[in-house]
Amino acid sequence: MGKTFKTIDEAVIRFAGDSGDGMQLTGGRFTDTTAIVGNDLSTLPDFPAEIRAPAGSLAGVSAFQIKFSSKDIHTPGDKPDVLVAMNPAALKVHQKELIPGGTMIVNKDAFTTKNLKFAGYETNPIEDGSLDDYFTLIPIEMNKMVTAACEGLEMSPKLVGRTKNLFALGVLFYMYDRPLESTEAWLKKKFKGKDAIIDANTRALNAGYNYGDTTELFMTRFKVEKANLASGNYRNMNGNFATSLGLLAAAEKSGLNLFYGGYPITPASDILQTLASWKHFGVSTFQAEDEIASISSVIGAAFTGSLAVTATSGPGIALKAEAIGLGIITELPMVIINVQRGGPSTGLPTKTEQSDLNQALFGRNGESPMPIIAAATPGDCFFAAYEACRIALKYMTPVMLLSDGYLANGSEPWKIPNVDELEDIPVNFAKKKNGEDEYLPYLRDDETLSRPWAIPGTPGLEHRVGGIEKAENTGHVSYDPENHHKMTLIREEKVNRIRQDIPALNVFGESHGDLLILSWGGTYGSCRSASETLQEEGKSVSHIHLRWVNPLPQDLGELIVGYKNVLIPEINMGQLLRLIRAEYLVDAKGLNQVRGRPISTSSIIEKVNEMLG
Amino acid sequence: MNEIQTPPLTKKDFESDQAVRWCPGCGDYAILAQTQKKMPSFGRKREEFVFVAGIGCSSRFPYYMNTYGFHTIHGRAPAVATGVKIANPDLSVWVVTGDGDGLSIGGNHFMHCLRRNMDLNILMFNNRIYGLTKGQYSPTSELGKKTKASPFGSIDYPLNPPSLALGAQATFVARTIDRWQKHLAEMMERSYAHDGASFTEIYQNCNIFNDGAFEEYTGADKFNNVIELKHNEPMVFAKGTKGIKLEGSTAVIVDLEKSSIDEVLIHDETNLDMAHIIANWTTHPILPEPIGVIYCIQKPTYNEEMVNQIDAAKKMRGSGKVQDLLNAGDTWVVD
Repeated sequence: MGKTFKTIDEAVIRFAGDSGDGMQLTGGRFTDTTAIVGNDLSTLPDFPAEIRAPAGSLAGVSAFQIKFSSKDIHTPGDKPDVLVAMNPAALKVHQKELIPGGTMIVNKDAFTTKNLKFAGYETNPIEDGSLDDYFTLIPIEMNKMVTAACEGLEMSPKLVGRTKNLFALGVLFYMYDRPLESTEAWLKKKFKGKDAIIDANTRALNAGYNYGDTTELFMTRFKVEKANLASGNYRNMNGNFATSLGLLAAAEKSGLNLFYGGYPITPASDILQTLASWKHFGVSTFQAEDEIASISSVIGAAFTGSLAVTATSGPGIALKAEAIGLGIITELPMVIINVQRGGPSTGLPTKTEQSDLNQALFGRNGESPMPIIAAATPGDCFFAAYEACRIALKYMTPVMLLSDGYLANGSEPWKIPNVDELEDIPVNFAKKKNGEDEYLPYLRDDETLSRPWAIPGTPGLEHRVGGIEKAENTGHVSYDPENHHKMTLIREEKVNRIRQDIPALNVFGESHGDLLILSWGGTYGSCRSASETLQEEGKSVSHIHLRWVNPLPQDLGELIVGYKNVLIPEINMGQLLRLIRAEYLVDAKGLNQVRGRPISTSSIIEKVNEMLG
Repeated sequence: MNEIQTPPLTKKDFESDQAVRWCPGCGDYAILAQTQKKMPSFGRKREEFVFVAGIGCSSRFPYYMNTYGFHTIHGRAPAVATGVKIANPDLSVWVVTGDGDGLSIGGNHFMHCLRRNMDLNILMFNNRIYGLTKGQYSPTSELGKKTKASPFGSIDYPLNPPSLALGAQATFVARTIDRWQKHLAEMMERSYAHDGASFTEIYQNCNIFNDGAFEEYTGADKFNNVIELKHNEPMVFAKGTKGIKLEGSTAVIVDLEKSSIDEVLIHDETNLDMAHIIANWTTHPILPEPIGVIYCIQKPTYNEEMVNQIDAAKKMRGSGKVQDLLNAGDTWVVD
C-alpha cells in the first residue's frame, strides 16, 4: 500500500521525556532542521529546575514544543498535534494537552510496572484502551529498536539505550519529511573523537526514519511548505544568544569595550557563558561573588568608560536594587538585563513569567526612574539589547532590558541583520573643562539632559561622584532642599526625554475600534496571533505592542482612547494594566495567567469574544 | 617625542576644594594628610589615581582627594573598584573602607577581591566602632563592649582582619596606626609597590565614640606594646630589649637583657605559616601588637590574567568581527 503525502499549513509537536532522555537536544535538532527546510517556527523548551530529578518521576519530565508553518507565525502553539512521550511520567504530564485526535508516539519499552507506578498509573494506559478513543496511539519498542540498530557496536546497553531520543527524532523526521543530513553532521561535530557514539546515534536516527518508512503505522506523511519569509540570510536564533549578540554589536558600533559582570542564575546564565567565549572581541566577563558585586563592578566599569552590562533574573534584581539606585544618581550608562522567571522568591526558576515589571519600575528606594525596554520575540532580543545600549549611552542612564524565560530559551528563524545598517552609537568622552576653569560633571546636554562622561585617566577632569545627592552642575555633595527637589525633577525629565527616540507606535489593525489588545514583552506572539485570527473573523480588534514601558510612548495616550475596550494580557496579575489605568484613566481589562508558560492564543481570543459580547 | 616638562606634583595637587567634614580630632585627618603627602612621591599622573569608598566616616575620603573618586554604597567599594580596574588596568585604584563597611556588610567582597588578587590598594580604617551611625559595636569591637546597641555589653566575638585576609589568600597584608605617621607612609608605599591586592589595616582612633581604643599602641608605653615587623630582621620590640621566639609553634617573649638575639625569630614576610602565627598576635593578652608588612608575595593578578586571556584569544582567533559572528552557524537564504 502506497504512502500518501498530505500538505498542511502548520504543525505543533511536543517531545516529552525524562530529564536524562535528551528532549531539549532532540527538540533543538528538530528545530534546526525545520529552520533549514525553510518553515517559520517558534519553540518552547520546558524543563524542570532539577538537573536530574529521580528517573521516571513526574517532577523530572522535560519537554520541548515546536510549532512550524508555511505561514508567518508568532507562537510555539497552544496544544500539540503530536506528542512524543518517552516514558509514563511524560505521558501523564502532557497527555491532557494533546489536541483531541492527536497522535501519541510512546516508547513502549519504558512502560514497565515500576515506571507506571512511579507515574501514578494503576493500569498501563497504552494497553488498557483508555487513550484509544481520543488519540492515535503509536507505541514503539524504542529500546529494542536501538539495540538492534546498534548491534555489533562495542557499547554498553546503557549507552545504546541513550540513543532512543535520536530514534524518536528519526520517526518525526519521517513523518514530516525532513532531511537527516544536518543532524548527522551535527552529531559528528558534537561528538568529535567519539566515533562509537557518533555511529550509534546516527544508526538510531536512521533506524527511526526507516521504521517510519517500513511500518504501516504511518500511512500519511505531512508536508509543510516553505514559509514566505522576507528575503535575506537566515539562521535560527534563541533569546539569550540574541541578547549576547546585541550587546556585542553595540560594543562594536560604539567603539567601547564590553564589560559584563554577572553571577550565575537561571535563566540568564547563558549570557555570561556566551560572552565569556568571545574574548577575542575584547569582551571582559567577570563572574562576581554575588549579584551585588556584579552590578557594583558594572558601575565601576561604567565610570571607567566601558559599555557595562549585567544580566540576571528577578531575585538578582532584588539584590542589585540599591546599587541600581547608585547607577541612577551617578547617571552612568549601563544595561541591566532581567530574564524574568516565575516568582516570588525562588519561585519557578526554569519557567517564564512577566511579573517583574513592577520591580523594574518601582523596585528601588527613593525616586529612581529608570528606562525599561522589553524584547518581544527571541530574535528581537538582539535589537532590544542593542537599543538598550544605545539609549543608555545617549542619555547617560542605566537602562533595564526585560526578557523572560520563554524568550531566552525559545527560538525562531532570524533574518541576519547587517551591522552597518544598525543605528550609530556615538560616544564622546569629555576631554576638556566645560566650566570656567573647572569641570562640571553634572552640566547637562540641552536636548537629552545627559551629563558629560569624563573617565579616569583624562587629565584635568578629576572629579568625584557618589550616592549622596549632588548639586546641580558641580556634582558636589548637596543637602540643599531646593537642589534635591530640582535634581529629582531633572532625573525624571531625563528619562521622559527618551520619548524623542521612541518611534511612532505601530498599530496592527485600525487605529480605533471595538477593542485594543495592548501587550509588552514576550506575550507579543500570542497577542499578535489572536489579533490576526480575530481580524480574519471580521472583528474590530487591533493590537499595539509596547517596546518601551518606561517612558511610555508619546502617542499611546491618544491612541488608547480610540477603542471601546482595552485588553492587556500579561503573565502576571496585571502590572502593565495598573500602570495604563493610572496613566491614562482608561478602564482597561486584564487577562492574567501565571502558569509558568506563555499565554495561549486561544485564551486571548476567548477573552476578547467575551468582552465583545 | 616632544614631552612637555611639568613640575612635579605636590601635596596640594591632591587636595580637593571640598571642606573636610570629619569630627575635630578624628584619626582620619592624619591618614588623609599622609595620603595626600605620599601620592606625589609615586611619580604618577594625578588622573591615573582612582579612590573608591563605601559608606562610613572613612568612606568620605574620596571627596577630599583631588583625583578621580567614587563614593559608592555600603560595603561595595571593592566590587566597584574591581570594575574600575578591569575596565582600565593602567589605573592606580585605591579602596578606602572601614571595619563595618569592609568586614561586616562588605565582608564578602573584601574576601573575594583578595582571593582574586585584584590589583587594588585597600586601606581599612579600623576604629572598632560604627562612627557615622553614632556608636554601635562593629565586627572588630571587643567582646563585652558597651555601646548604645549593646547596653549590656556586646556578645559578638571580634574578627581578626589580618587572619581573615590571609585566609582569603591575600598576597599583601600589613597593619599600621594613624598616629605612626612615618610608618603609615611607609606602608602606603609598600602597598602601592605591590602588584596585586594589598590589604593595609590602619588602627584609627574615633575620638567621639571609641576614644582611646588604641591608646596602648600610641601612648607613652607604645614601644612595649607594639612590635614593628621588618623583613629579614629579628623580631624585637621595647627598644630592642625584648624579642619573640617560637617554642614549638607557640610564640613567647624573650628578655634580650638575659638571652641572645640569636634566639629571636627573623621576620620573613614571604612565609605564610609565619604570617598566620603573627596575625594571631592581634589583641593578644601577652604578646605585642604586630604592625608592618605581615605577608607579601608575588603572584599573577586577576587583571593581568584577564588581559592575557583576551590577548591570547585575539592572537589565536584574530580580532572578532560581529558581522562574522552573526553570519556563522547553520544559515539559509530566503529569496
